[in-house]
Amino acid sequence: MSKGKRYGAAFVILLVLVAVFLALNICIGSVNIPLSDTLDIIKSALAGIFHSITGAESAAGGAGASSTYADIVLDIRAPRALAAVILGGALALSGYLLQTFFHNPIASPFTLGISSGAKLVVALVMVAALGYSRQVSSWLLILAAFVGAMVCMGFVVLMSRVINQMSMLIVSGVMIGYICSAVTDFVVTFADDSDIVNLHNWSLGSFSGISWDNVAIMAVVVGVATLCVFLLSKPISAYQMGEAYAQNMGLNVRLFRIVLVILSSVLAAAVTAFAGPVSFVGIAVPHLVKSLFGTAQPLLMVPACFLGGATFCLLCDLLARTMFAPTELSISTVTAMLGAPVVIYVMIRRQKEK
Amino acid sequence: MDNYYFYTDQLTVGYNGVPLIKNIRLTLQKGEILTLIGPNGAGKTTILRSIIQQLEPICGVVWLDDKETTKLSRHELAQKLSVVLTERVKPELMTCRDIVATGRYPYTGNFGRLSKSDWDIVEESMRLVHITELADRDFAQTSDGQKQRVMLARAICQQPDIIVLDEPTSFLDIRYKLEFLAILQNMSRTRQLSVIMSLHELDLAGRISDKIACVRGDKVERFGTPEEIFTAGYIPQLYQMTVGSYDELTGDMELPAAAGEPKIVVIAGGGTGTSLFRRLQRQGQPFAAGVLWQNDLDYPTARALAARLVSVPAFAALTEDKLAEMRSLIDGAEQVICTLGREHMRGAAAGLKDLLAYAEKQGKLPK
Repeated sequence: MSKGKRYGAAFVILLVLVAVFLALNICIGSVNIPLSDTLDIIKSALAGIFHSITGAESAAGGAGASSTYADIVLDIRAPRALAAVILGGALALSGYLLQTFFHNPIASPFTLGISSGAKLVVALVMVAALGYSRQVSSWLLILAAFVGAMVCMGFVVLMSRVINQMSMLIVSGVMIGYICSAVTDFVVTFADDSDIVNLHNWSLGSFSGISWDNVAIMAVVVGVATLCVFLLSKPISAYQMGEAYAQNMGLNVRLFRIVLVILSSVLAAAVTAFAGPVSFVGIAVPHLVKSLFGTAQPLLMVPACFLGGATFCLLCDLLARTMFAPTELSISTVTAMLGAPVVIYVMIRRQKEK
Repeated sequence: MDNYYFYTDQLTVGYNGVPLIKNIRLTLQKGEILTLIGPNGAGKTTILRSIIQQLEPICGVVWLDDKETTKLSRHELAQKLSVVLTERVKPELMTCRDIVATGRYPYTGNFGRLSKSDWDIVEESMRLVHITELADRDFAQTSDGQKQRVMLARAICQQPDIIVLDEPTSFLDIRYKLEFLAILQNMSRTRQLSVIMSLHELDLAGRISDKIACVRGDKVERFGTPEEIFTAGYIPQLYQMTVGSYDELTGDMELPAAAGEPKIVVIAGGGTGTSLFRRLQRQGQPFAAGVLWQNDLDYPTARALAARLVSVPAFAALTEDKLAEMRSLIDGAEQVICTLGREHMRGAAAGLKDLLAYAEKQGKLPK
């Protein structure tokens, strides 16, 4: 069937794009590293891990020049690129879930203020922890972000009961976002001088400074959440028909809504905890992916959105790092420039359809 | 209880604990069609929503196939009962076939993949509703009427024993109204499908339903066969009609008659006068009509619209007192119009010729 072929081709395209951008993100930077060297470094690093697991003697380290390369690749670029993959995927998926939940094409963690809520609580926790000059664990950051996300999400859900108009729901979400951002700015401004730079960067959104420890934790959290979403593909397809029909198809709508809220909050929280608020990925990617596949079937959309989000964030992070190197742009600057036109296009097309 | 496939017992429905309609008792056998009628806002949708478990009944029980619906699992209920609602479905990038295929939801596995036999049922459902040519069209791009038929195919695809429809014919034109109801009737006869629906079209309700429930105020005022419901004068009472009239037998509605002393007398018969009666009503001219036999085609409209009507019972002879009544009406009129050909004024109707001559003598008959 030609439909099957199209889906297959679309997946191949997405996988190739992820691979290509992953390679580019690791190779390109203030120091350009040839692809062959990069591959060697990764190969030997993997071999090292393999040997340390099996207990065999590790192979001798690389030559002097490539050991600097190895540090750049292994300690800085690889975790950052992987974070872009994982968090980009999480963002796109979170956006997709929220669009499904609210039956609203421009719902996303960012437009509904959920990212900003998460950001606020994370900033509070960070500042408090810094006050006691203690290291904040990744788990605590995720938990803080989740609490913030759930509070805002709860508020938006309550609003959605009162406000039937979708555009007004988004407006109220954006307002909540502004309030949370303002409070965050306030907190950041009065934080200790020495920590401001870091916190300031984070509060604008950035994939920089991500450690392997962070990557491992985000991989677990996002991985589990994504798997859960994938397993919910069938109920999501029922929910797309509207709540009344979904219920008649045998779906426990109330339970499903709660699960959906929790999963989208977990995904948005994971992103905010590590990379701060990242705008527009959640709206733009699901729409681009839907156009690519020509369907909105959840079974296809869940993995496709993840891959699409990964591609999108890899590209944006690459641009953020290299466009004005050595000055680094915040990730939201780039995602907004690439994503906002998509959102505008989507809204115009919707209007035409009416 | 008495082998009813579906029945409600002491069902009270409403919102937020406030009862709206009390003590509803509806009964339905397999393969029967039940229609809810009643004025706008009477609570037809509330009853339907309570039957399909979308709204929790305030008290009472809905029985389906000897089981309480609340004790069935969601899954079991979905395999027995499907719905066509007024809620608009706005799916993205789904063809009409995709929409119909969602009806297979209660039968598919964990990932909702359809098997070959599932797809066969999808195709068959589309054939039954005559929408095969819409199969690959984008659902969002179809008309309201087409959407409604797709939703019926979807409901049939769910292979239910009972199907609940909320005002299913509202968006359909006359052809598709009849086609839609014919499909339901056919399904009820050939597959023993039970149907519960609400309709605004009383004429259609009277024709398709095995049972009709009239919802008014806080109760189901009447429940029974169409013959029991459509008794003279009941429909205007049910809908609290203050203007116009409704003919229980034909389902015809007429606007309010022009009141006043009739200046025009119409001699009609055999359906020749009906359009003239309506034209005079539009012009606001009170008129008299006669003599009409009560089994005449023109009789129902004349009864609804004429300021004065002279009639005789079906097949009865034309008596002198009726003719005298007509003559006095002609005396008071400015004009007499005859729509009936003279060649038909024979036998029992021969007396009409005399009336015509009477009018002609007074110069009230236009040349």
